[in-house]
Amino acid sequence: MTASLTTAASTTAAATSLQKRQPHWPRKIGRALLILVAVSFLAVFLVLPLSVVFVEAFRQGMHAYLSSIKQPEALSAIRLTLLVAVIAVPLNVVFGVAAAWAMARFEFRGKALLGAFIDLPFSISPVISGLVYVLLFGAQGWFGPWLDAHNVKIIFAVPGLVLATIFITLPFVARELIPLMQAQGSDEEEAARVLGAGGWQMFFRVTLPNIRWALLYGVLLSNARAMGEFGAVSVVSGHIRGLTTTMPLEVEMRYNEYDYVGAFAIASLLALLALLTLAIKTLLEWHYGDEIAAHAPGGH
Amino acid sequence: MTLELSHLSRRFTDFAALDDVSLSIAPGEFLALLGPSGSGKTTLLRILAGLDYPDAGSVHLDGHNFLVAQARERKIGLVFQHYALFRHLTVAENVAFGLRVRKRKLRPSKAAITERVNQLLKRVQLDGYGHRYPTQLSGGQRQRVALARALAVEPDLLLLDEPFGALDAQVRLTLRRWLRELHEDLKLTTIFVTHDQEEALELADRIAVMNRGRIEQVGTPEAIYQQPATPFVCEFIGKVNKLPVTCTDGKLAAGEWVLDSDPWHGRHAHATAYVRPEHLALGVPANQPAWIAHLRHIYLAGSVVHLELYVPAIDQTLEADIAGEDVARLGLQTGVDLRVAPRSAVVFAIDKPGDDATVQDRWMWQAQSTIFA
Repeated sequence: MTASLTTAASTTAAATSLQKRQPHWPRKIGRALLILVAVSFLAVFLVLPLSVVFVEAFRQGMHAYLSSIKQPEALSAIRLTLLVAVIAVPLNVVFGVAAAWAMARFEFRGKALLGAFIDLPFSISPVISGLVYVLLFGAQGWFGPWLDAHNVKIIFAVPGLVLATIFITLPFVARELIPLMQAQGSDEEEAARVLGAGGWQMFFRVTLPNIRWALLYGVLLSNARAMGEFGAVSVVSGHIRGLTTTMPLEVEMRYNEYDYVGAFAIASLLALLALLTLAIKTLLEWHYGDEIAAHAPGGH
Repeated sequence: MTLELSHLSRRFTDFAALDDVSLSIAPGEFLALLGPSGSGKTTLLRILAGLDYPDAGSVHLDGHNFLVAQARERKIGLVFQHYALFRHLTVAENVAFGLRVRKRKLRPSKAAITERVNQLLKRVQLDGYGHRYPTQLSGGQRQRVALARALAVEPDLLLLDEPFGALDAQVRLTLRRWLRELHEDLKLTTIFVTHDQEEALELADRIAVMNRGRIEQVGTPEAIYQQPATPFVCEFIGKVNKLPVTCTDGKLAAGEWVLDSDPWHGRHAHATAYVRPEHLALGVPANQPAWIAHLRHIYLAGSVVHLELYVPAIDQTLEADIAGEDVARLGLQTGVDLRVAPRSAVVFAIDKPGDDATVQDRWMWQAQSTIFA
């Protein structure tokens, strides 16, 4: 928030000085040059690839696009992606709120350590986090023989995908809530308790309404990541067509099979998800910037 | 409704917030906990509210152990310094909160709640503000909403944590008077925390002065001001001149000011005298002991005039307050020399000179001569 305030202040300052006097020619040119550099950089590195996705997806027309999405493998990948997100995101909400509550409201030994652990998924390579689950639950892993004996499949199955996704998206909700809850303090919650509210009443009537927009923001980011994750999911998936391939994996497999239209068609869906996320995110920041307070580090 | 606090202690990792605090609060009393920040007054209030717990000691309400009850069961109204209004609820919803969270059996009907809320908003002079949100109110208005919210649950005990701390001086004064009237109306046992001595002196029936987790003195505002029990109370309440005193040969002396009696009969060699600015007499006759003081500054402050007097004999600047008309009567102007002496003083015998001394005894000294009148 401090950063955005400073930016706002300097923008206003710049605007005032502009009103006072017209910039000289060298300054005008300098400014135009800077804007040109920034815009062309964005165009080359962001807009161009994004348009390529859609251009390639529709290269053979609407019909080819639709039929490649309607293929059973594609539909199953979409279903699986949604399923993973539907399980992982709510679990992250529960964990994120609990962790943020603990971090913001209590002093305890190992608090700094917990904070560091929450950030771990941001700093570790996704492939490694996927690999960790293989080493734990895979056929040759620590719990592999036991799981095998009880006929439980985690690796190369849906549970593995869910676990890896939970791990990857772990920080989003918690990191969004911790600074906000710390800034808001516990006065309102204490007031609720003294007024006779029980623990759950306090949570649902006071805590949750105060963090709702930040929570939604965190959910949005963790959902985008859950649906788009490739690295960790790729390690635990086993790439079984129609069973353990999520949308990002399906894109890769189709691409490797020279099915460009098919690959870009699925990719276009992911791109649309990204654009939608961006739109809602911007809307949230615009309307509820104060209540979201701090932006989560890393990831975006 | 007698509240009995005995031997309360609360330690945080690096300091003792409360150190063996005992206090008895009578029904309907308006008590101020007065002290600097870190003196433990807020900790004491939080323990009463059930938001914190003591490490040792007990709190009894009419003989019942108060500490085993949870915050929500204590029937307490708590008002926070920064209001702590629920920001997502309207004024009316804020006031209704305590009634709405009650168990179904105890919860009043919707209509009854609405009526009670309107009643309370009228009481705090905010009728018609029910549909606003806290952010649309001024500080004074928010604090009144907080008070209405606390009163809605019909508490047995009202706790106020620096209730006017975040308000402008003008609003503070109005709200202070208003709170006093409200208390006279409701007769609700009220404890309020403040670091503002003026506020405590004006509002409270009784003041408990706190310092470093201990209660230094409990008493009426008058007793606290006129008969301070400890040097801390002297220095914390009102303005005061602090003078080092030596006790030798049956005399107490601070420079040219010498008293011909030693209340301690030579048992203590050092003392500190505290003299209020309004207890300094000016133009003292030559037959009385007095300092020769150089008048350095005259500050006019409304009806009272502040004087800054330098006394070379003790190398100290004294402050004196006199009535405006006396300035002309005594012919005072910057640069003149005057004979100055206390009319009364509180003298503490100490074991050694300096700031880390331990107090041994207290002596309330009063001038006998009528010339000081």
